Amino acid sequence: MPAERDHPVFIAHGLTKVYRMGEVEVHALRGIDLTLYRGEMVVLLGPSGSGKSTLLNILGGLDAPSGGEVYYLDHKITGATEGELTRFRREHVGFVFQFYNLIPSLTARENVAAVTEIARSPMQPEEALALVGLGGRLDHFPAQLSGGEQQRVAIARAVAKNPAVLLCDEPTGALDSATGVVVLEVLEKVNRELGTLTVLITHNAGIADMADRVIRLFDGHIADIRTNAVKKTANELSW
Amino acid sequence: MRALDRKLFRDLWHMRGQVLAIAAVIMGGVATMVMSLSTYDSLAGTRDRFYAEYRFADVFAGLKRAPEPVAERLAAIPGVEVLETRVRAGVKLEVEGFTDPITGLILSLPDTGEAQLNRVHLRRGRSVRPWSADEVVLSDTFADAHGFQPGDRLAAIIHGKRKTLTVVGVAVSPEYVYQIAPGAMFPDFKRYGVLWMGRSALAAAYDMEGAFNQVSLALARDAREQDVIDRVDAVLATYGGTGAYGRGDQFSNRFLSEELKQLRTTATVFPAIFLGVAAFLLNIVLSRLIALQRDQIAILKAFGYSYVEIGVHYVKLVLVMTVIGVAAGLALGAWFGQGLAHVYSETTFRFPYLDYELRPGVGLIALAIAAFAAVSGTLLSVTRAVRLPPAEGMRPEIPPAYHTSLVERLGLSRWLAAPSRMVLRHIGRHPLKSLLTVFGIACACGLMMVGNYQRGAIDFMVDVQFRQASREDLGLAFIDPTSGRALHELAALPGVDHVEGYRDVPAILRSGQYRHRASVFGIQPEGQLHRSLDRDLKPVAVPPGGVVLTDHLAYEILHVKPGDMLTVEVLEGSRPVRQVPVLGITKQYLGVSAYMQQDSLNALMREGNTVSGAYLAVQPGAEDQLYADLHARPRVLGMVANKAAIQSFYATIGEFILFYNLIATLLAGAIGFGVVYNSARIALSERGRELASLRVLGFTRAEIAYILLGELGLLTLAAIPVGFIVGVGLVGILVMAFQSELYRLPVLLTPENYAMGATVVVVSALLSGLLLWRRLGRLDLIAVLKTRE
Repeated sequence: MPAERDHPVFIAHGLTKVYRMGEVEVHALRGIDLTLYRGEMVVLLGPSGSGKSTLLNILGGLDAPSGGEVYYLDHKITGATEGELTRFRREHVGFVFQFYNLIPSLTARENVAAVTEIARSPMQPEEALALVGLGGRLDHFPAQLSGGEQQRVAIARAVAKNPAVLLCDEPTGALDSATGVVVLEVLEKVNRELGTLTVLITHNAGIADMADRVIRLFDGHIADIRTNAVKKTANELSW
Repeated sequence: MRALDRKLFRDLWHMRGQVLAIAAVIMGGVATMVMSLSTYDSLAGTRDRFYAEYRFADVFAGLKRAPEPVAERLAAIPGVEVLETRVRAGVKLEVEGFTDPITGLILSLPDTGEAQLNRVHLRRGRSVRPWSADEVVLSDTFADAHGFQPGDRLAAIIHGKRKTLTVVGVAVSPEYVYQIAPGAMFPDFKRYGVLWMGRSALAAAYDMEGAFNQVSLALARDAREQDVIDRVDAVLATYGGTGAYGRGDQFSNRFLSEELKQLRTTATVFPAIFLGVAAFLLNIVLSRLIALQRDQIAILKAFGYSYVEIGVHYVKLVLVMTVIGVAAGLALGAWFGQGLAHVYSETTFRFPYLDYELRPGVGLIALAIAAFAAVSGTLLSVTRAVRLPPAEGMRPEIPPAYHTSLVERLGLSRWLAAPSRMVLRHIGRHPLKSLLTVFGIACACGLMMVGNYQRGAIDFMVDVQFRQASREDLGLAFIDPTSGRALHELAALPGVDHVEGYRDVPAILRSGQYRHRASVFGIQPEGQLHRSLDRDLKPVAVPPGGVVLTDHLAYEILHVKPGDMLTVEVLEGSRPVRQVPVLGITKQYLGVSAYMQQDSLNALMREGNTVSGAYLAVQPGAEDQLYADLHARPRVLGMVANKAAIQSFYATIGEFILFYNLIATLLAGAIGFGVVYNSARIALSERGRELASLRVLGFTRAEIAYILLGELGLLTLAAIPVGFIVGVGLVGILVMAFQSELYRLPVLLTPENYAMGATVVVVSALLSGLLLWRRLGRLDLIAVLKTRE
């Protein structure tokens, strides 16, 4: 699904973030203006410390900026209370972590159900797992799954609530390249079939070719934004 | 400072909450041990010093009356080093404004010079002047109970004659460290007093001029006590001797020894339980704590640190916690110990001084036990962690394999949401860990029950003693054995409902090598007031022709059973020696006794219907008039009012129990909280990442708290019934260890005991839950996205 330019999901103005680490001030973000649209696949690219994780955390309601504003649809996220942010994450945001963060004591199906049980209009856990190609491993515990499979469960868990945005922080970082491609194919499929805004952090430039837009961050600034005229599919990627 | 040591202190600071909780567990164990042992050492040391400094005699003998020259014959007995004769008079005392009967004992002091043996230590005032006629020194318990000061006056009925006495001093004596009226169960400082008076004045009042009726002697170093006793008895046989006895049978000393023996048991059993539990918990907690440092150990190894260096590092870490705990335990234990020794010397034992003694060895033992428990727990975990190749240690731990829980397999999963399943599976995944946590919490519950058990047990014992066995309102003793006809006179007194006579004969009970000096009580077979109880505490008539013994006396002291023959060596009158069959066993928690039917005892003594005293049931409200009537009768010597005895008992031990309960509550509470908090805190460390992930996924703080605290709550609930079992077991151990001649505790736990045990666990859990709730609010949600474990 192509990006719907008339449907912005996130609008950020003048975002800054300053960490105080003892005596030193670290400027993680130095004024970011950004709009992200429905159905878009966005890759955030940049070296360590460029601010991409900070940006993702602020968008996901995990962190508050030092300055500037973020709107989700017509809600202002900046300045929201802890409870409001929790509800925001619960209803609208799907997270995929580098290290999967599955609950080891729950099966694949139950890991997804843990989220769908508290969501407003989720899909069935089985449906979400079928979407990521794990329809046959519903009752396996994380210990019985490979790394790639665990990450796909994590993606199923993230999308099962039908979120407006899928935030993925280095989702292939802990995987070998062949397994990584499978995971990216799943993300691509979710983005295409569900029209979920997908924001993907990586420092792997090769992955950028599958995005609608590639936003390169450097030292807390947006260095440039590139729109891919032709998107590659995940299985064409290599690194 | 080396980097590793810096890490040590940072780590300690970082987990200061847990450090304090662990230290609290150690402190609880160490404090109990230090308190009990130091109190024992202090009292035993003080006793020994007091006995030596004030020349406590080795052998004592009472007799009817012997002319003074007989003393020379006694002094000539080989092995006797010092000998002193005295006059000893049982009296009734009158204190203005106090109507209850008061019994007293007056002992003679030499007219000139200091006593050779059994010297008194003056607390206030002075000793009696040479040849003074009316001056007395009072025992400090009695003086304090009535507020007597030197210069005050009181009256005594000596040998039927009323005499006004002037108090000149207040003293304590090694002979009366523990003061209790003959026939009473408990000390009663208001209603029993010991007095000292000049020899000539007392002899004149008691008709003992030129004679004596009590002798004390000190033995030469190499003398054999029993030989001397036999020879003394031989000399005094014709003067109405009632049998010489050594320190072992001396009343105050026997009680003091028994009490100290019990205190030493306390000093062994309680700390063994507390410190054992504390060590066990420490071991669990630390091994889990170290297991969490797995990745750090791997990194240290990757740097090239050796196993030994890493081991030393973690041992240092736990030793710091141990030392904090032991130091706090020593301080607290010493403080409690001083308090306890003080309470003892206020309520039970009177010493002129109290040397508080905390042997360095006690502290070292405590440190050694705690350190051993801590270090062994640590090394086990460190070894496990160090065995891993560094790279593996740094990789995320493979997700632990989970299974569906039993509850779910039973088909209940339909009703369980994912968080509940997580709780159940986590418990099922680590059954050993869960069991240990349950057991740890259960121990705290059990300790609390042991600590609070005494109150209910004592209530029960008092109830059995005073409402089942000794139901008389008043027990009185005649000056000499008297014809049973005297009972009619008593029954005719206004206010007396019912009278039962008793015969009471001092004797040595012997069976083979076992002996015991006690009174044989002749009671009425169908008596309503004084009854013997069977095993189920039902009154049972004493059968004719033999003795019924208290269970402890029969089985533990004399080693006889019903059907066996017992030798009774009477120490009164013609001192007959008789063989008597043991006909039964009676259940008794306080003291030990031998009962016969009064008729049978009279027959054994070859006498007619003779009584030593009587038990009276008194109409309510008639007490004061009756006391006055009895007081005026010269043949009535002592009176013990039961209600007053119970009240004084509670007054005496109330403070004691309160003190003990407070300490037990504090210590069990500290241990309980230490365990629960640590279990929860470690669970949080182990599962923090999981919970933070859920927070990121949109779970509220309450929802993740449910997962973490749900598990804690479930384990806590499971621990309570286990704790009850542990408590009953610990009380059982305590009861076994505490059997003595003075009393045997019943295995009896009241609903309050259970409630207290459960409360300490629940409160600890709630408090821990509250602290964790705050921590859950500070979970680092961002870190969880990046870090693996």
